[in-house]
Amino acid sequence: MASSAVVAHEIRSEGGFLPWLLAPQRRGPLLVAPALIVLFLMNIFPLLWSFGLSFYNYSAKKRDVPDFVGLRFFERVITDPTVWERFKTTAIIVSSSVLAQLVIGFLLALLFSKQFPLRRILLMLVLTPMMLSLVAVGVFFKLFYEPTFGLVSQAVAMFTGDRYALLGSPTGAIIGVVIADAWMWSPFVMLLVLAGLVSVPKYLYEAAEIDRASTWRRFQTITFPYIKSLLLLAVLFRTIETFKLFDVVYILTEGGPGTATETIGVYVYRLAFQYFRTSQSAALAYIILFVVIVLTSLYLYAVNRRAQEVD
Amino acid sequence: MTRSREIGRAGWGWTAFAGIIALIYFFPVMWIIMTAFKTRPDALAVPPKFFFTPTLDNFVGVFFRAVISGGGAAQATEFPLYFFNSIFIAGVSCLLALIIGTIAAYGFSRYPLKGNETYMFIILTTRMMPAIVVVIPIFLMFREIGLSGTYAGIIFLYTAFNLPFTIWMVRSFFDELNTEIEDAARMDGATERQLFFGICLPQVKAGLAATFVFGLILTWNEFLFALLLTGVDTRTVPVAMARTLGGEMGVDYGLLAAIVTLFLIPIFFVTFLLQNQLLRGVTFGTVRK
Repeated sequence: MASSAVVAHEIRSEGGFLPWLLAPQRRGPLLVAPALIVLFLMNIFPLLWSFGLSFYNYSAKKRDVPDFVGLRFFERVITDPTVWERFKTTAIIVSSSVLAQLVIGFLLALLFSKQFPLRRILLMLVLTPMMLSLVAVGVFFKLFYEPTFGLVSQAVAMFTGDRYALLGSPTGAIIGVVIADAWMWSPFVMLLVLAGLVSVPKYLYEAAEIDRASTWRRFQTITFPYIKSLLLLAVLFRTIETFKLFDVVYILTEGGPGTATETIGVYVYRLAFQYFRTSQSAALAYIILFVVIVLTSLYLYAVNRRAQEVD
Repeated sequence: MTRSREIGRAGWGWTAFAGIIALIYFFPVMWIIMTAFKTRPDALAVPPKFFFTPTLDNFVGVFFRAVISGGGAAQATEFPLYFFNSIFIAGVSCLLALIIGTIAAYGFSRYPLKGNETYMFIILTTRMMPAIVVVIPIFLMFREIGLSGTYAGIIFLYTAFNLPFTIWMVRSFFDELNTEIEDAARMDGATERQLFFGICLPQVKAGLAATFVFGLILTWNEFLFALLLTGVDTRTVPVAMARTLGGEMGVDYGLLAAIVTLFLIPIFFVTFLLQNQLLRGVTFGTVRK
């Protein structure tokens, strides 16, 4: 770090602030500075602010001066059984949804790993769910599950003669949320697996054919090694994204029945904007941030491993 | 994404098989689109109607509110404004993110800082973070400085929202370039500015276009920030969609379906054109092949 005297000297000797700023050794920092400033203002600063908030007893509804409470909210969040309940709900939804996405995405990728007429157009049909607005998915799946008019209920009624309210029971509601989320994002997994399948050299399959290797053996020894790292990437990426699950759940079930589908995202929203326990929600947000940081580093680790494999 | 020489070929038989699966998968979307062409009784018919007389009333309804009492002229709805807002806010913020992000990506790629990858990691983390984590302080901050409900506020926020994605994407394009050309140009006495504008930028042009469009798609459907930070005049379509739910006559599914359909069309065509870049796009440029 240059002291201010040295800096001042540099400015004088090179004739002004601008040449000093544009010197070759400052090119990197200068290029990334605007982006870092914007990110700081809109992401890091708000985070620091909320970090500060979590030490005070603050509510967005009240206008009086908040008092300092130290780590009380962190303590409350960590020892709060509801928080762990919500984490458990989130974990159940995330793991079942990501598993479903893996299976469906993998099967779809097998389907599209061949070259056939109209492939591009059919692929587009499968990709469309990803482009839908989350609000639209929430509202229309709610309609599909609706007991009187809903397609699911009416299809069930054809066999049993009874109407069926999927979202009425806790397990049913979780299944309903998982179906909507998995339907929307399986195409994402498909894209990743497809990239893996395409990268398998064809001569390996030809050799396997000569050796009369069984389909399972071919999958185990040839296909799987090529898609392994991409599957890992898909799992991590989807876990991070599903962890945030908010919009669809909020519209589909509002976290219900009871709190059966209240994910951690919905819970933070409720704390902040319905109960106005701003400080407590900020403390909880920090715990979520920690989870996301861990998951993101795992993801980047997987990305690097994959990059090495490809090279 | 797919190089046909490396994958197996199949004929029309496979097309028929894949077609059936694709149509089943597409069915919920199909149903939404069909609902957009149904009358109100048809939309909620028991048993559900697969065949019906299509009507364009819902699409008209998106733009004009029927005046029930008396035969007065139909009143225009605010939806044109919401569509404009969605396009304007997404367009401007993605363009800003593209400019700032490309410059930064060039820096990260060609002039690595001390701890370069740590910066990249932090940048990615800000994007992976649930919106709910930052939205609380941003909501308070915007309320404090009067940015709530303004174009400037939401555009600035979306610019930051798109930056991580843009930086990771564009950097992946810069990293792939062959640096020998740059080295040769540098030997010939090209200035740094000429290197950037004359050599690097033209080579990643297609990538920049793809990045811009993916940014648009991400911003297009964003709901939570828009819900909390836009006002009556700056409301975007997803928020307006959610607001149609609270009518006293129950949800007007036909109208909502018409909005969803109209809102899907631009994205659908853009994605179709970008199919080859899709994988890189959906993984923020972290997975290339």
